[in-house]
Amino acid sequence: MKIIGCDCMWDIKDKKCLRCGACVAVCPKAALDLTEHGVTNDKDLCIECGICEKMCPVGAIKVKKE
Amino acid sequence: MMKENYDVIVIGAGPGGSSTAGNLARKGFNVALFEKRQEIGSPKRCGEGLSVGSMKMIEDNFGSKIPQRCIAQTIDGSIVYAPNGKEVIVDFGEDAGAVMERKVFDKWLAMEAAKLGAYVQAKTYIKNLIIENGYVKGVKGEFEGDEFTAKAKVVVACDGVESKIARIAGLNTTNQLVNIDSGYQYEMANLKMRDKHKIELFFGHDIAERGYVWVFPKGDHIANVGVGVAMTDKTARYFLDKFIKEYPYTNVKDASIIEVNSGGIPVGGFLENMVSHGLVVVGDAAHQVNPIHGGGMKEATIAGKIAADVIEKGIKQDNVSQEVLSEYNKLWWAERGQALLRVQKLREVTEKLSDSDYNDLAEHLTGEDCIELARGNKMGTLAKLLMKNPKLLTLAKHLV
Repeated sequence: MKIIGCDCMWDIKDKKCLRCGACVAVCPKAALDLTEHGVTNDKDLCIECGICEKMCPVGAIKVKKE
Repeated sequence: MMKENYDVIVIGAGPGGSSTAGNLARKGFNVALFEKRQEIGSPKRCGEGLSVGSMKMIEDNFGSKIPQRCIAQTIDGSIVYAPNGKEVIVDFGEDAGAVMERKVFDKWLAMEAAKLGAYVQAKTYIKNLIIENGYVKGVKGEFEGDEFTAKAKVVVACDGVESKIARIAGLNTTNQLVNIDSGYQYEMANLKMRDKHKIELFFGHDIAERGYVWVFPKGDHIANVGVGVAMTDKTARYFLDKFIKEYPYTNVKDASIIEVNSGGIPVGGFLENMVSHGLVVVGDAAHQVNPIHGGGMKEATIAGKIAADVIEKGIKQDNVSQEVLSEYNKLWWAERGQALLRVQKLREVTEKLSDSDYNDLAEHLTGEDCIELARGNKMGTLAKLLMKNPKLLTLAKHLV
């Protein structure tokens, strides 16, 4: 499991994130988790669909499009 | 001290968790209630409004009166603003509800559960479930960094909108984007409100796309100022900051930000099945929220009580299979599900209303009409509305 701020398509700005778990609630692959260290993304499960990006109330998540 | 074995382990000490744990403890079961956060009730993900009826129901549920310290401000009505600024004032002339102080209220609820005999423990993060032969048999977690395992006959997942525990058990509790709103809120101070006894709601496509902005007073100059919007290209924060910057609402521009909150608000998508072998899901985790106003405290409390009754039966007959626990599905759908499904349909219609529809509503609907509607006298009000604007027929169909 990779912790926040990796160099792949899915990225989260940890300073913006309010740790509300809204992204976790909509992740269709249950790849996201809200831990005491912030939101983590299991890259083996993530399909980079961008639903979490749409959901985030503060725009902390970006899924880069190729 | 935490033990290694319980009858029931409840995960998450919000209103749903405390209701489940309190009711089970009262029945004489050995119950643990674990909360991930170091402080129960904080940070809130909530506008904190509660109706008088819901407060009464919660008091009956816990057999205890809500202390004054949990209530920030009593409310006797609302001011609703249409997109063109036209306002509808609803005045009940008596207390109709309150804006709570969730970090005090949630703690009080957990303390009541503890008083009833549940063992409550904060800063306890549940990482995984123990599953044996398809049955949930306990939890693996961390308390203050120390790992532990605890066994139980039944685990109840009250872990909020993320609903991680249910998904570990194999239930699909993922929220569909059409059935979840994005919420963002500032608790503000030094705010001049028109009437601290009235909540205020602001509608309009530019104010909140398929949603609304709310101002919930928490005292003379304090209020939760927030927004809930359906999925758009813009963030919830965009709409709230725009409202604060541009809307000609008293001095909101110059008010201070005391707290920042955000969250996903389930507004439908109720689940047919909320149980598996040895597991029951309660509250936000099971999408048990009112789809129109996004309130979940009442729903979670009721569901917690139903869960406790069903779990009692299961443990007493030594069978906590999905089949036995599924009585929870049946009872919840009969008591709340069908009603909330109708509210979801109404919400879907309101999302399709245009700004001019809202302006029409505000033009023809008086505060007294709203009170009549709230009291269930719908036909007269609706007939009057339809005579004024036949376009609102779709809305009317779902109100009846």
